[in-house]
Amino acid sequence: MKAFTYERATSAADAARKGASVQGARFIAGGTNLLDLMKLEIETPTHLIDVNGLGFDKIEATRDGGLRIGAMVSNTNLAADMRVRKDYAVLSRALLAGASGQLRNKATTAGNLLQRTRCPYFYDTNQACNKRKPGSGCAAIGGYSRQLAVIGSSEACIATHPSDMAIAMRVLDATVETVKADGTARAIPIADFHRLPGDTPHIDTTLSAGEIVTAVTLPKPVGGAHIYEKVRDRASYAFALISVAAVVQKDGTGRVAVGGVAHKPWRVDAADAAMPKGAKAVAERLLAGAKPTPDNAYKVPLVERTLAAVLTEARAA
Amino acid sequence: MRDPAAIAVSFTVNGKPQKLALDPRTTLLDALREHLHLTGTKKGCDHGQCGACTVLVDGVRINACLTLAVMHEGDSITTIEGLGTPDKLHPMQAAFVKHDGYQCGYCTPGQICSAVATLDEIKRGIPSHVSASLTDRPKATGAEMRERMSGNICRCGAYSNIADAMTEVAGGNA
Repeated sequence: MKAFTYERATSAADAARKGASVQGARFIAGGTNLLDLMKLEIETPTHLIDVNGLGFDKIEATRDGGLRIGAMVSNTNLAADMRVRKDYAVLSRALLAGASGQLRNKATTAGNLLQRTRCPYFYDTNQACNKRKPGSGCAAIGGYSRQLAVIGSSEACIATHPSDMAIAMRVLDATVETVKADGTARAIPIADFHRLPGDTPHIDTTLSAGEIVTAVTLPKPVGGAHIYEKVRDRASYAFALISVAAVVQKDGTGRVAVGGVAHKPWRVDAADAAMPKGAKAVAERLLAGAKPTPDNAYKVPLVERTLAAVLTEARAA
Repeated sequence: MRDPAAIAVSFTVNGKPQKLALDPRTTLLDALREHLHLTGTKKGCDHGQCGACTVLVDGVRINACLTLAVMHEGDSITTIEGLGTPDKLHPMQAAFVKHDGYQCGYCTPGQICSAVATLDEIKRGIPSHVSASLTDRPKATGAEMRERMSGNICRCGAYSNIADAMTEVAGGNA
């Protein structure tokens, strides 16, 4: 691990200001992803700002009937919150499908959104990777791409976002609250929070320099059957090959987001509108224009079949 | 960059207050093993994948390899040495011995810490991926324990005996 200096943040505004002004500064919360990457020297911050002491560890009701989840609420505590289990079950299910018990106890809400890709070429520092080293190329294209993106990818990057939680946040229309380096707050719809890679895949999100996530808010509950179906190589403690987060109403209408297929949680308005027509119609609209590789072409029919299973489960619920 | 200045941190380990001055890069795992010489906690992968380094922080299990020691100011840490002693084993330690829940033993301290915390999580009503209902209280079934223990790898393959040991401590039939 490269050497770094360390400080404990005293306020979100202070952290954001330093995050932007101190060269090489990074925030650390749970640390489960950042420290892993620092040991591999994929992340090499020269200064760490510990944001654990800022009090962003509460889940509170909002005035419009929703929930405001502090950025530092652990994945375990979020999944176990009875309001989430009852009214936003897709979020509990997504969280519980991810990582291990030990990791969920440390991993935070904001850190989960901000985690880096698990593309094997991003992790292997001997390989070209535009996300790790801009301009070096993408060894995943033409390489072993079984786990990687089938849609929204670019000539520079075919990485996927690895989060389960973010897929549920996307289907629930969450909003990310932040404080910027100049001290002003803003709210970013989750749809606009993660980026597509384009020709700058080293930039994962639309956060500005130093901007710190303080909370994630959920609108008031929408009812319906909440289902998160994750397909992976083993039954526990593995990243998704693909996953489907869905909220399905009694009349067959609903909404769906898909994980494991793109650089960001993948949701398409036309696919939501096609929900009453069934899995084939939804999958066609979700993955219209998909450009899978020979290694990951299996994901396209797998999304449709998983959707079919989810819709069957929703009808039985 | 030159080696950064040491940072002071105080926490309690197995009930005993400790004061250390550490390079900020020091993980909690390395602080326990290399500075406090509590070598019961093991370093396996050092990347949060194997669970050998599992300890309890304020009663909650975490991977000690993926957290910095300086981030634990004021915390109460329990390692395998704090759960029980050779003369007075923790019930989970005794159950691992009785059910032969190990072979080489390297993953065992992490398995035992994780097993103790797993039963506590079930008792506190925290649901899991395999819980049929999110709102009913989970039970300490074989499926629940296996799912919750998936962050602890045993390459000798003692899993079924570990599950038996946990079942006994949970009060069920092995």
